[in-house]
Amino acid sequence: MSRILQDRDERRPETHPLTFRLNDDGTPVMLDAYREQQGYASVERAFRDLTSKTLIDELKTANLRGRGGGGFSAGLKWSLTMQGEGIPRGYIVCNADEMEPGTFKDRLLLEQQPHLLIEGMILAGFANNAYQGYIFMRGEYVDAARTVQRALDEARAAGWLGRDVAGSGWDFDIVLHTGAGRYICGEETALINSLEGKRANPRAKPPFPGQSGAWGKPTVVNNVETLCNVPAIVLHGAEWYQGLSQGKSGDGGTKLYGVSGKVKRPGLWELPMGTTASELMERAGGMRDGLTLKTWLPGGGSTGFLLPEHLELAMDFDTIGKAGSRLGTGLMAVIADNQSVVSLARNLEEFFSRESCGWCTPCRDGLPWSVKLLQALEAGEGVRGDIELLESLAVDLGPGRTFCAHAPGAAMPLATAIHHFRDEFERGVTRGQGAAHADPIPVGSV
Amino acid sequence: MTNASTSTAAPIATDGFVLHDEDRAAIAHEREHYPRPQAASIEALKIVQKRHGWVPDAAIDAIARELGVAPASVEEVATFYSLIFRQPVGRHVILLCDSSSCFLTDYEALRDAFFAHLGIGFGQTTPDDRFTLLPVCCLGACDRGPALMIGEDTYGPVTPEEIPTLLEAYA
Repeated sequence: MSRILQDRDERRPETHPLTFRLNDDGTPVMLDAYREQQGYASVERAFRDLTSKTLIDELKTANLRGRGGGGFSAGLKWSLTMQGEGIPRGYIVCNADEMEPGTFKDRLLLEQQPHLLIEGMILAGFANNAYQGYIFMRGEYVDAARTVQRALDEARAAGWLGRDVAGSGWDFDIVLHTGAGRYICGEETALINSLEGKRANPRAKPPFPGQSGAWGKPTVVNNVETLCNVPAIVLHGAEWYQGLSQGKSGDGGTKLYGVSGKVKRPGLWELPMGTTASELMERAGGMRDGLTLKTWLPGGGSTGFLLPEHLELAMDFDTIGKAGSRLGTGLMAVIADNQSVVSLARNLEEFFSRESCGWCTPCRDGLPWSVKLLQALEAGEGVRGDIELLESLAVDLGPGRTFCAHAPGAAMPLATAIHHFRDEFERGVTRGQGAAHADPIPVGSV
Repeated sequence: MTNASTSTAAPIATDGFVLHDEDRAAIAHEREHYPRPQAASIEALKIVQKRHGWVPDAAIDAIARELGVAPASVEEVATFYSLIFRQPVGRHVILLCDSSSCFLTDYEALRDAFFAHLGIGFGQTTPDDRFTLLPVCCLGACDRGPALMIGEDTYGPVTPEEIPTLLEAYA
């Protein structure tokens, strides 16, 4: 259902490795059409010319960074997977649990080009000495699940999966696993617990999944878009991949960028890594008539608010990080001048509060508390000291103080919203210090 | 579905709840996908829910026996995941995306229109058992916000005025 808003003649193999095969009408590219357009050529090349080590080295040089939002080097992650004498073969798990607010890119790849993901997973299996892959897909992606299952069946029938993959003497297969809700499943160790049929509480690290992951075996968890970048890197090399960003970024490759919110043409585009946010806004046709841009989130609900003056920044991990936010998934959401930042912050904290797994105290108790304070400010019933309390909560929910990255993800938009728009929050403070909040204020409406 | 027809074991009954033969076969098929049977518990819950609309307590025991795992380990996942329903729901479940991009494209007006049109709030079912209304995490349809799902179908953008027509197809 997602559409790429670039015509076929703009999407070329040499510049748009993720999307050049996509049909303009949005129908999925299945095996025959995929094979005719370099499909599975990287697997043939890997079996012919590469070893696990040389493939991982190529990936490291390409500097492919995790597209699920973390931005960690995929090559480095793979190089840390335990393998060798006496170590059991493990798992490749694709994180297709796309639920980050404002993110709609993996849906496109899953619904329209499932073989690219399968090809990437075969390469990951080869490089990490895995024997089994799992695609962990959120349960709501019904059409994507059907298409991916069809593609898995096609790939198996054609010998790209199963025993003796493509005559290599090496076995690898992939199972589609669909989830049953809960955002926290996207956290990689929570995802592993969920895959094992347990509650999706994150695990303590170390051990890292690459040492001991699913069922105690070495496990690599990568995002859909990350895995979809691997085939072209293996086929064309790290230098070519680096060149794709056209000097706009120190990072290699292209990125599936998107814009949502009240713009004229919300959608997705594959562009060089480091493309500016203003170019994305231009492609989205700008704000709807009568609206001007007040602020924006660069890549999901767990990223920090940026201002119109930041639109000229390159949308890459380091640049957006230096501006006090995170690139996240790279799909920006825009907020118009007539929309309340306090209300949006309340909406975001409600989301994180509801989706907390409840495992650790700061997250379980701190997030509902922040919602309560934000609801009061939104209703114009805030008490003097509430803003400072929210600021201290944002610190106490920050990195290093909680079991996983969920609460820090909630803290960043909260802290940056107050930082940039303190006056909006202050307008909600109408009562003196010591006054009681109207209590109980229900958290969320559920 | 081959296992069902060839199975000679008596159907497992717990508290009057009997797993359908087709569901037992489907669960057995899922179980083969994982090194340990517990991993199939979420799929098993979804299989049972697909047939019955929700997962009654007795089904938890039946699934646990079928997989050879403790009932508590099935129960703990059944109560954790938001798309496993532990009480009866309507014939059609409406999942309304309430995350940031839909919020920015007037989700709250759509939500209020649903409340008014159906006469229910979140977590409730219409008296005729036709619809249950629930909020859901970002549906990944942000370019079409505000977005929602009815059963397995995704829609967006949806305006309050379109609700009556949209719901007509779901009897």
